[in-house]
Amino acid sequence: MANTSSTHDVKVLGAWPSPFVIRARIALNIKSVEYEFLAETPGSKSQLLLQSNPVHKKIPVLIHRGKPIAESLVIVQYIDEVWSSGPSILPSDPYDRAIARFWAAYVDDKFFPSLRPIKSAQGEEKAALVKQVNEGLVLLEEAFQKSSKGKAFFGGDRIGYLDVAFGSMLGWLRATEKMGEVKLLDEAKTPGLVQWAESFCADGAVKGLIPDTEKIVEFAKLIAARMKGSGSS
Amino acid sequence: MAKVKLFRTWSSPFALRIVWALEVKGIEYEMIYEDLSNKSSILLQYNPVYKKVPVLLHKGKPISESLVILEYIEETWKSKTPSLLPKDPYQRAMARYWAKFGDDKILPLIWEEAFIKQGKDQEEALVAVHENLKYLEVELRGKKFLGGDAVGFADLAFGWLANLVSVFEEVTCVTLIDREKFPLLLTWMQNFMDAPKIRDTWPPCDKLITKFRALRETLIAKEPK
Repeated sequence: MANTSSTHDVKVLGAWPSPFVIRARIALNIKSVEYEFLAETPGSKSQLLLQSNPVHKKIPVLIHRGKPIAESLVIVQYIDEVWSSGPSILPSDPYDRAIARFWAAYVDDKFFPSLRPIKSAQGEEKAALVKQVNEGLVLLEEAFQKSSKGKAFFGGDRIGYLDVAFGSMLGWLRATEKMGEVKLLDEAKTPGLVQWAESFCADGAVKGLIPDTEKIVEFAKLIAARMKGSGSS
Repeated sequence: MAKVKLFRTWSSPFALRIVWALEVKGIEYEMIYEDLSNKSSILLQYNPVYKKVPVLLHKGKPISESLVILEYIEETWKSKTPSLLPKDPYQRAMARYWAKFGDDKILPLIWEEAFIKQGKDQEEALVAVHENLKYLEVELRGKKFLGGDAVGFADLAFGWLANLVSVFEEVTCVTLIDREKFPLLLTWMQNFMDAPKIRDTWPPCDKLITKFRALRETLIAKEPK
């Protein structure tokens, strides 16, 4: 069979605000794979989601030929391996792949968890979180300089695994700057990343997927209000 | 001089994953033991972000994070069998998924919750551990290992269960994995413990018990009342 798939073959269960969902969609776009996007309603989980990801009950889930795959970075690697004739997402050299995987894991394990709480943090706690994020960005700037070798992306001339892993966070990064009234991506400290962020968002595979900062801010306010209202701590 | 060096500690379960991968594939390597209370400048140079073991050094280039290292080993020594990951992309995704599940869910529930909590809090933590271990029990149906007939990526990721569950139980005086509820998991633990190339790598049990006992005391003292 040729490298075509009917929209029914490939489905993504997700929601527009999730950076993890965005990763799966960018990866499919890189490979020019058509897919059906099944949007989950915020605040509730569909039967299909509960069936496809019973362990975590989380998005994204990729459903390919009826088989579900969860965990965004696992999904991205799966997409890279299945549609192998399309542009590669992971680099070809094993050491470069290891570096890309290392930093992608860093984004998930360290960077994003320190970014998330900033918007509602105050005083000393907020200062400490901002410091952590800024230190992380300096590390990522260094990684960018090494990895890009003077080109536009972590992946070189084209966006790759680490571009997708980190770039998917840009919407929330910008929204956090707005909500937390703090500058994170700074021309003075991380010039490479500032340029990269622009190039990434303009890339054909990414266009339209990184939500507007305002939209995310509204969404974050909605979630916060909902949580307050439900009296949950 | 060995082309491959592994920085480890005597007890780190994450470093053990790399020992297993190298042993199982028959890759020659040199082991360098670190003392984490007195980290070598070379470790700090090779892993400046986390300052931890394991670090694999190959042709002078360092790689950190155990699951990243496992993938590197698999991709670099392609001709060395057995393969740690299957060929089929869906099976590969499943192996990676289970490994991540182990590190993100099982590990913290056992060591950050059940191990240090007491009384009712511990009981609740154990319920959560068991709920999640059930998925593993189901996954083992009809299989000797998570990788099938032979040890694979997910087995290496969960391998720490084989020796550390008994340490947990000895130190906390609590049964973590029940024979009646998890017969397949217990059988898997025994098979992994005894697997060729793996059976000679286990750190001494009594030393582990001493270490974890002391660790538990320190962590309990830090817990907010």
